[in-house]
Amino acid sequence: MTVGLEHFLILSAILFSIGLYGALAKRNAVVILMSIEIMLNAVNIAMVAFSRYGHLITGQVFAIFIMVVAAAEAAVGLAIIIAIYRSRETVDVEKFDLMKW
Amino acid sequence: MNVYLLSPAISLCGLAIVVILLDLFLKRKWILGAVSVAGLIVPAAFTLALWGREETSFNGMLAVDEFSLFFNLFFLVCAALVILASMDYVSKFRAFQGEYYALVLLAATGMMLMASTRELISVYVALELTGISLYALTGFLKDPKSSEASLKYLLLGAVASAVLLYGMAMVFGLSGSTHFKDIAAAIPGDVMGNPALLMGMVLLVAGFGFKIATVPFQMWVPDVYEGAPTPITAYLSVASKAAGFAVILRVFYEALGPVSLDWGMMFGVLAAITMTLGNVVAIAQTNIKRMLGYSSIAQAGYLMIGLAAVSALGRSGLVFFLIAYAFTNLGAFIAIIAISNKTNSDLISDYSGMAKRAPLLALALGLCLISLIGIPPTAGFMAKIYIFNAAVDHDLMWLVIVAVVNTAISAYYYLRVVRVMFLGAPLSEEAVPSSGALRAALSVACIGVLLLGVYPWALLKIAETAVSMFP
Repeated sequence: MTVGLEHFLILSAILFSIGLYGALAKRNAVVILMSIEIMLNAVNIAMVAFSRYGHLITGQVFAIFIMVVAAAEAAVGLAIIIAIYRSRETVDVEKFDLMKW
Repeated sequence: MNVYLLSPAISLCGLAIVVILLDLFLKRKWILGAVSVAGLIVPAAFTLALWGREETSFNGMLAVDEFSLFFNLFFLVCAALVILASMDYVSKFRAFQGEYYALVLLAATGMMLMASTRELISVYVALELTGISLYALTGFLKDPKSSEASLKYLLLGAVASAVLLYGMAMVFGLSGSTHFKDIAAAIPGDVMGNPALLMGMVLLVAGFGFKIATVPFQMWVPDVYEGAPTPITAYLSVASKAAGFAVILRVFYEALGPVSLDWGMMFGVLAAITMTLGNVVAIAQTNIKRMLGYSSIAQAGYLMIGLAAVSALGRSGLVFFLIAYAFTNLGAFIAIIAISNKTNSDLISDYSGMAKRAPLLALALGLCLISLIGIPPTAGFMAKIYIFNAAVDHDLMWLVIVAVVNTAISAYYYLRVVRVMFLGAPLSEEAVPSSGALRAALSVACIGVLLLGVYPWALLKIAETAVSMFP
């Protein structure tokens, strides 16, 4: 059996679902950020797979852009988590209930 | 490659950097706000100089046409009004005043690029430039409420952009290109026989739906609107939403135009659910920022009627509604900023008797709320007539009936605020002062509301030209 495009796409879909589950079900804000990174990396796998099997270089460029922007987003996200930890001493999203969720 | 075509975005970005650098040296911080507003003239001048051109640059990624130039001006005006409204508010900050203005300007840069790009990678980067600036601005106060709002906005926004990216990956994989033109040429027309394309489109709608706050991606709106600094709430409710609609128009008409799926109907159903949910939940609110949050969800529902009516009339109706909504909602929020500067409260009950303490502010807020309902002679009335007309023209009578019923529901909670302000007993006799910048911004918004209500033709013409390049 040879590994083809569909194997990469299935892997990407599985990773994306794991990430989405984690982002929606986990309570720790840092773990949610990590789950979002998994979702973004699932997209990267799909992009690079399309790029490899369709001979399209754009997919790899897109993947690099996603990594760069994800890093910026994670930096801002962690900064916000630190800001909220200073005032609340917790990173549990269920306890962030000053406003009705 | 013609860098001149990008000059509005470059100059706006440069202005943001100048503001940050000035912040290092200046002792009198009020100058920063003045420089930010005055500096907006430069990108506006570049935009006007480009008016009338139809060109693409950067290998087809950047489009300069009436649509993108119109939205450039739209976002510049929004940014100017938001900065004017922020000056009082920001002067209370002990630090980071320059960063505040710079982030507002960078978010505007991102929105301008969102409206003028024709390629998926740049759509994503522009979307994130806007998003990350707005996450930081939402948490700018660093108090528990503001940080909480910012964290919720960031986490949900990041999930939404991951979903959007997955949709983009599907569309890219199927069409082999990220350019809208090539996607339109390569994409299979029969979407029902192609589940991957169907999924890609649904994921794209989900990702953009977060930006414009449509059901079921509206849950972040009330919390973020309540916790964010009020000028930023105004910015989010107007500019960020408009950018979402601009990018949806581009993606769905330019890239996904040939797809056989009736996506107009999909937006129609979403519009009906969105406006009903927004209006019904708004009734129960006691915090005015939260109430306007739900009201803005409902307004997104009305705006989506313009997407549901897939026609030239629907598109120009959508753009005109955006202009009217921008003046109206900015006006309402500026009045709220002025009042809450004094009262330090956002509760509707604390607005009791405001007409006696601040007659002009109460009158302006009343005018904007009436325009949000859509009663003549205000901008909201003309916008609703125009967009409903487009829907009737497209045989969407049921949607218009839902929207009219919703308008009647919305009158209840908007008029409740007006009644409290004009008929309630004042909580204290103290007058509510307001600064010159706030008064200037509020008068611009109110004049806009009245002018569009009485003489909308000039802007209707501009709205029609702005969308004329879509097939």
